Amino acid sequence: MTAQTGDPTLKPVEDAAPADEAVPARKKMALVASKGGLDEVYPVLIMASTAGALGWDTQVFCTFYGLDIVNKKRRKNMKVSALGNAASPPPISGVEVRVPAIFGVLPGMNRVATWMMKKWMKDSNIPDVEDLFQICIESGVKFHACATTMGVMNVEQDDILDDVACLGATAFLDFAAGADLALFV
Amino acid sequence: MTTADIQVDQVLDCTGLLCPIPVVKASQAIKTIDVGQVLQMIATDPGAPPDMEAWSRQTGHELLAQSAEDGKFVFWFKRTR
Repeated sequence: MTAQTGDPTLKPVEDAAPADEAVPARKKMALVASKGGLDEVYPVLIMASTAGALGWDTQVFCTFYGLDIVNKKRRKNMKVSALGNAASPPPISGVEVRVPAIFGVLPGMNRVATWMMKKWMKDSNIPDVEDLFQICIESGVKFHACATTMGVMNVEQDDILDDVACLGATAFLDFAAGADLALFV
Repeated sequence: MTTADIQVDQVLDCTGLLCPIPVVKASQAIKTIDVGQVLQMIATDPGAPPDMEAWSRQTGHELLAQSAEDGKFVFWFKRTR
């Protein structure tokens, strides 16, 4: 890691496994989270928590609507959009329900879609977004807030979770350039 | 040697849990036993066999044995570090 940013949050976690013959060097994963829908944040948190569980140095750059992941107010209120997803709704319990896309514009349909996904996750014993985020934090995953997005969307540092650093793309790419894999969601 | 001969130091039951929780729990549980001790893990996630083999490769903890029966998967891991 050759970060020259002076940002301590970009340094590898201190308790990194020591390198020896039996253990491969600690891998690094860079993940850009650009979406803020409940169904779009789940894949981010599942990938990040898994990478954290593997002991990887995992850093997530929350940009555009993905900033909601670390936004104190908005993170509690993620929704699934009923519009624009041709695969929605999912076949719950194997029953194919076909809802014409036009119904997605009706009032309350986002709430229905959100409720469905939350129930679907709960019934599958998958933690909610908040719990999954905590699992990430406990396994050392670091989340960063995109500075440009904060400026564009008028999000203040106070609106962002305390442990989250505000970064630009350059600082994150500096980390990503040394990562073993990079994902964009 | 059969799996019945493996001395188990801790059992982790992940029945009914899906990715990423079994891997998260395995990573937590392996830290609670000593190096050389064995963690037995039970899972029903259909993705568990490839996932736990990958977990073993990535973490270095040795997968001593595994079994699959009626959708129930059992893994024996030795903590190596």
